[in-house]
Amino acid sequence: MTKLTDAFKNKKAFIPFIAANDPDFEGTVNNVVALAKGGADIVEIGIPFSDPIADGPVIQAADIRALKADPDLPMDTIFDIVKAIRQQTDVPLVFLTYLNIVFQYGYEAFTARCEELGIYGLVIPDMPLEERGELEPAAKKHNVDLIPLVTPVSGDRIEKIAKAATGFIYVVSSLGVTGERSEFANDLSELVTRIRKVTDVPTAIGFGIHTPEQATEMAQIADGAIVGSACVNIVAEYGKQAPTKLLDYTKQMKKAVNAHPVR
Amino acid sequence: MTELNLNLNKNTTGRYGDYGGQYIPETLMNELDRMTKAYEHYKNDPEFKTELHDLLVDYANRPSLLYYAERMTKDLGGAQIYLKREDLNHTGAHKINNVIGQALLAKHMGKTRLIAETGAGQHGVATATIAAYFGMECEVFMGKKDTDRQKLNVYRMELLGAKVHPVTSGSMVLKDAINAALQDWTKRIDDTYYLMGSATGPHPYPLMVRDFQSVISQEAKTQLKEKTGKLPDMVVACVGGGSNAIGSFANFIDDPSVQLVGAEAAGKGVETELTAATVERGSNGIFHGMKSMFLQNKTGQINPVYSISAGLDYPGVGPEHAYLAKTGRAQYVGITDDEAVDAFEYIAKMEGIVAAIESCHAVAYVRKIAPKMRKDQIIVCTLSGRGDKDVASIAKYRGVDIDD
Repeated sequence: MTKLTDAFKNKKAFIPFIAANDPDFEGTVNNVVALAKGGADIVEIGIPFSDPIADGPVIQAADIRALKADPDLPMDTIFDIVKAIRQQTDVPLVFLTYLNIVFQYGYEAFTARCEELGIYGLVIPDMPLEERGELEPAAKKHNVDLIPLVTPVSGDRIEKIAKAATGFIYVVSSLGVTGERSEFANDLSELVTRIRKVTDVPTAIGFGIHTPEQATEMAQIADGAIVGSACVNIVAEYGKQAPTKLLDYTKQMKKAVNAHPVR
Repeated sequence: MTELNLNLNKNTTGRYGDYGGQYIPETLMNELDRMTKAYEHYKNDPEFKTELHDLLVDYANRPSLLYYAERMTKDLGGAQIYLKREDLNHTGAHKINNVIGQALLAKHMGKTRLIAETGAGQHGVATATIAAYFGMECEVFMGKKDTDRQKLNVYRMELLGAKVHPVTSGSMVLKDAINAALQDWTKRIDDTYYLMGSATGPHPYPLMVRDFQSVISQEAKTQLKEKTGKLPDMVVACVGGGSNAIGSFANFIDDPSVQLVGAEAAGKGVETELTAATVERGSNGIFHGMKSMFLQNKTGQINPVYSISAGLDYPGVGPEHAYLAKTGRAQYVGITDDEAVDAFEYIAKMEGIVAAIESCHAVAYVRKIAPKMRKDQIIVCTLSGRGDKDVASIAKYRGVDIDD
């Protein structure tokens, strides 16, 4: 059992997301610490990418803000942000980014730094099952889970993906890119059931969740809920006051995911 | 015209050495798999092949001419220059070759909606054209910067019944249009076929685009043999993502005596930031579904790129080009805006051909290399498109104000 799997023990997990360096170094540290204080079970830190093809307008805008603040934004700055976060909280952290960022740093060096700083997993939307082989050896060596995505159109790929998963499985709520929505695919229960048949690795649903009601609904289907764009919106809207808002929001969402007893 | 050989390359794995692959969101993986299987099936289906052949001949106006550029040859005083006239195809560029093939595949897959990205607008126009022909819905994504500098093509697409979306994210050019098209596709897969225009992206696109564009070199090889009984000594084509170049190279890759040269857009110069010369200035990376070569910074952020040519300012090349470059089978050379514009004017005056500014990057290289070659040597240069669309911007480049 990995540290990420542990985060789902005896409870439903609430997993917020924010983009690194949005609005700046200090702000990111304060925001992640606030999310942890509010009760986040895992925090996803997005490493900004110039061309985030799986993301909708809100996260795209966050990436642009982060890269505008520091056009080069070296990976070492991101690792320094994590180091600063680690001085204040031991909340499980994962990175969400695109494979080119990891590739350029070097798979071995990247995962080694993740292990050193307590980044327990990587979510890489442009690395499907068939392409994870090149990163997997380094990730395994450094105890970094590669968190796969499963979608409502994964079909007969579901079992293959689930069997190879460690940490947790990111269940994509519906077609399209990230961003708030009011409707989700209607066969998510069936999808999660199929995953659970082949693995004990927990599942968390993401893409579009923003209200407590949705979080409650999704947490009844899966083992956790991931919220990205809604958190990013708070950061965009409240700037320096974002930590307080994020803390309140996390408390509310954490309560919402645990509104019903654990299966 | 003989039927197009869609089994030219035996490597159908989508891997070109270290390059290629399918680095794409999970949502699209099953669809890419369906597409791959459909293509593997239909490329050997006699009915599909007949339909493709008939469309290439009767609709696209193939075979295109292989034209001996006598005045240019005399003027440059070296190698004999033959121009493969893709500019004479229906819609005015090589792009039609690929869209006919892929749209036919889409039709057989039961798709009713085509989406596409476009840079200069040539691929968008070609897609809109074939969508009109097949009675399919069509939406084209085009960077806002490109919709502004290629207004004529935007209107052409609309005239053909397509909806054009100006893309305002990122640097608002071709790469951003591809992002937007991919994002749209993940929202709507069932009835939608993403018709990628260049030899880029995840497998099977680089393979399909190469196969459908290989009609260029299949014809050129036969035509040159008929005219001279020889193979060319050199094939030159411009490279953005690399679709006309890979099509121009395909049938000569196994002929080691034929030198293959891709002319990249150097913009203001290969050494400047304002360039799109991916092979010369770029490095290995993973983007837009493929492992290939890209212009990027040390962290892996994709660089904004620049060229006067909207069709060449893409920060990557197709994976097979990266492979041909790495193995040394093909050479890639940077041509600046100035050189391309000079070539635009040169070929107009010398041969009476207004060629696309993209193609003029290849012409510019021919002007440099032909005088250094022997008179018994032969260059085949692909004119990938016609230049009507560029007249206004070339005038502007020269400081002439005309109404466009």
